[in-house]
Amino acid sequence: MNNDNNEVMLKVENITKRFPGTLALNEVSFEVKRGEVHAVVGENGAGKSTLMNIISGLLEPDEGRIVFMGGEVRFLNPREAQDAGIGFVHQELSLCPHLKVSENIFMGRLPHLKNTFVNRKRLKEMTDYFLEKFQADFAADDVVKNLTVAQQQIIEIAKALALDCKLLILDEPTSSITENETKVLFGIINEIKRQGMSILYISHRMEEIFQVCDSVTVIRDGCLINTLRTAGVTSDQVVRMMVGRNIENMYPPKSSGISDVILKVEGLKSKDVFKDISFSLRKGEILGFYGLVGAGRTEVMRALCGIDPCDNKVIEFRGDRVENNAYRRSIDRGIVYITEDRKSQGLFLKMSVENNISAAMIENIRTDFRIDRDKESALCGRYVGELGIKIASEKQKVDSLSGGNQQKVMIGKWLATYPKVLIMDEPTRGIDVGSKSEIHKMLRKLSEEGVGVIVISSELPEIIGLADRVIVMHEGTITGELSGDDIKEENIIIYASNFKTSSRAANE
Amino acid sequence: MDENVSTSVRQRSSQLLRRIFAFREASVLVSIIAVMLILSILSPYFMTKANLTTTALGFAADGIIAIGMTIVLIIGGIDLGVGSVMALSMVTVGGLTTIYHLNIWLAVVTAVALSLLCGLFNGFLIGRVKLTPLIATLGMMSMARGGAYVITKGSPFSMSGVPPAFRFLGSGSIFGIPTFVVIFIVMIIIADYLLRRSAPLRNLYYTGSNEKAAELSGINVARVKLFVYVTCALLSGIAGILTVSRFNVTAPNSGMGSELRVISACVIGGASLTGGEGTVLGSILGIILLNFINNGLVLMRVSVYWQDLVSGAILIAVVTLDLVSHRKKAS
Repeated sequence: MNNDNNEVMLKVENITKRFPGTLALNEVSFEVKRGEVHAVVGENGAGKSTLMNIISGLLEPDEGRIVFMGGEVRFLNPREAQDAGIGFVHQELSLCPHLKVSENIFMGRLPHLKNTFVNRKRLKEMTDYFLEKFQADFAADDVVKNLTVAQQQIIEIAKALALDCKLLILDEPTSSITENETKVLFGIINEIKRQGMSILYISHRMEEIFQVCDSVTVIRDGCLINTLRTAGVTSDQVVRMMVGRNIENMYPPKSSGISDVILKVEGLKSKDVFKDISFSLRKGEILGFYGLVGAGRTEVMRALCGIDPCDNKVIEFRGDRVENNAYRRSIDRGIVYITEDRKSQGLFLKMSVENNISAAMIENIRTDFRIDRDKESALCGRYVGELGIKIASEKQKVDSLSGGNQQKVMIGKWLATYPKVLIMDEPTRGIDVGSKSEIHKMLRKLSEEGVGVIVISSELPEIIGLADRVIVMHEGTITGELSGDDIKEENIIIYASNFKTSSRAANE
Repeated sequence: MDENVSTSVRQRSSQLLRRIFAFREASVLVSIIAVMLILSILSPYFMTKANLTTTALGFAADGIIAIGMTIVLIIGGIDLGVGSVMALSMVTVGGLTTIYHLNIWLAVVTAVALSLLCGLFNGFLIGRVKLTPLIATLGMMSMARGGAYVITKGSPFSMSGVPPAFRFLGSGSIFGIPTFVVIFIVMIIIADYLLRRSAPLRNLYYTGSNEKAAELSGINVARVKLFVYVTCALLSGIAGILTVSRFNVTAPNSGMGSELRVISACVIGGASLTGGEGTVLGSILGIILLNFINNGLVLMRVSVYWQDLVSGAILIAVVTLDLVSHRKKAS
């Protein structure tokens, strides 16, 4: 989808930004053409967010200039950038959950009649225009909190477009949506592009970048590495530029030996959420769980651990029947669940690294009833070392760490409970390539040491690369199980969308 | 060269100062010392033992309640019922002894049990039923106060024939320091140490910092809440009993407005209404600061009607200063 029009939409020249103690951006320059989808890639902490924040008016550069649509611009705040035509869809969605779709899209700019009353008819028409354009499966009057994350993402994009933007910044737009929804999103992106708008696309996922982007700018440690046409490079080359080293073998080797069953689950059932869930987990294997959002994977694991109640469950752990009705009991037994949402459910962001690591097993660091600070510091030091967490001090607050390091702190918290079965939900969501590969290696190492590992992931390459066996779920039931060479993209997708059972039903 | 040395010393000492001031307790402490200095210059009576002990006696009840409020604020909750529970506990003691001529100690035990019940009720509604703390304790505030009015039918009990052992708690003294104040200080020390160092109490900070993460770390959040609200109500009840012992009178309108005074003091001392932060020491320093300033106003013959106005202004000033200084540090 090459564009003959070579007009430059955005030109960033020698942008430098310093924060106390660090040089976040060092003379970065690049250009975005009209009608181009331009990826910006780099590891966490490379300076992508700072760069986007400067372009969108959230931060001011120390040096350098920005030329937008032919004129030099200097935005003092995001509002000015918006008015000039730069829209920003943040990774964390910022909608008002209690309001309607239409009210969200036209937030702050509701059409009104001569007096102050909102013109509801006009509002609906204006909203429907966008919803139709995106072939959205929801209505203008739906309340946002009832919609899925993907639908909310579409609302965010519509909100930016409703501002009549010329340049749209999408920050990790696919981090919380499924593959199918991603396809819808890409359709929308192509449509926007056809209308002559430009898109800055930030993502960690290489395959997406090569699917939807025309150019890619690579940033490392605050410096521009290169800007290239995606048609002219391979993803390996881009990854190498990002990390500045070769990442050999993105995924660790598969299991070297699978032995006894460590966990057996039968007939897990929770009304309207999932039913007939039976599977077993063996020592030495990594068991993958794949499914579209809403398939019930997370819910199954939470019920299995006793976090949520369920209607029926039979769990055998190391050959003994266990009840697992309270999560604390499950943790003490050694069955733990690591959440997919580290910021809002996994970490105590305002607390220190060491406080976070000791959170799930305070027993580790107590002497009598007191907290033993030496033990706490030793425990923290141990997992910081083992997981290669980069921190300035054990007292550092977790919210100042990069995504990858935060993820590792959360994992450290759970390793400190000495788990026998580790269930990890989206182990590498939103983290950089380097940390990703380290976490994959760590999971494999744990599994080789005899810990049962279950990985839930919505990223097909991760499931395929990591798991020795894959269970696929669809709308609350297990629709398939794959192992060895059968773990292939096509097979997984067929089970995940349940083509097999529906065609069988048609035959009957 | 000398200049260099002196600048580096100055730099180092300013760094040290900055580090100390990073703790809210330190800045409140410095404010207290400043207020004390100013007041001792303005009024010769301020630094007398009589004035200081009277002032300390005056805030001991609020101070004991502040211990409870601190832990409630740490978990991200709020307890508006403290003043009413205090009053309920007071009139229970007064009513049982004057109307039913019950033994004073039995009356005290009953009052403690009743406070405990109030705390259990709050803790159950907030922890299990998941009512917002504001609503649950707003209800308790009204109910406990109403209970106090029902028991007294609106007029205060004056108690007579109280045994000296009970009188000693609120009116006696140990080595020249009022017993009430001694009890208060002992409670602060124990509570502050426990909150800083005890392993189970660490769960309060986890819960306040991120309730969902705490739950997913195997912490029984409902139990934490129950503990916190029960403790807070118990401390309010105890503060009430000690106040009865001090004044020998129990009025249903005692402790009016103490919930807001105590919350202000805790916030001045570094507790956050969004949870996760706060120390007993900080809250007590907040109480001391507010009361010293009020005491100063009295000594300087400023009308008592100014007290609330000044307290409010201090609350806003302290929190604003803290916010602004943190914002500077962040950018």
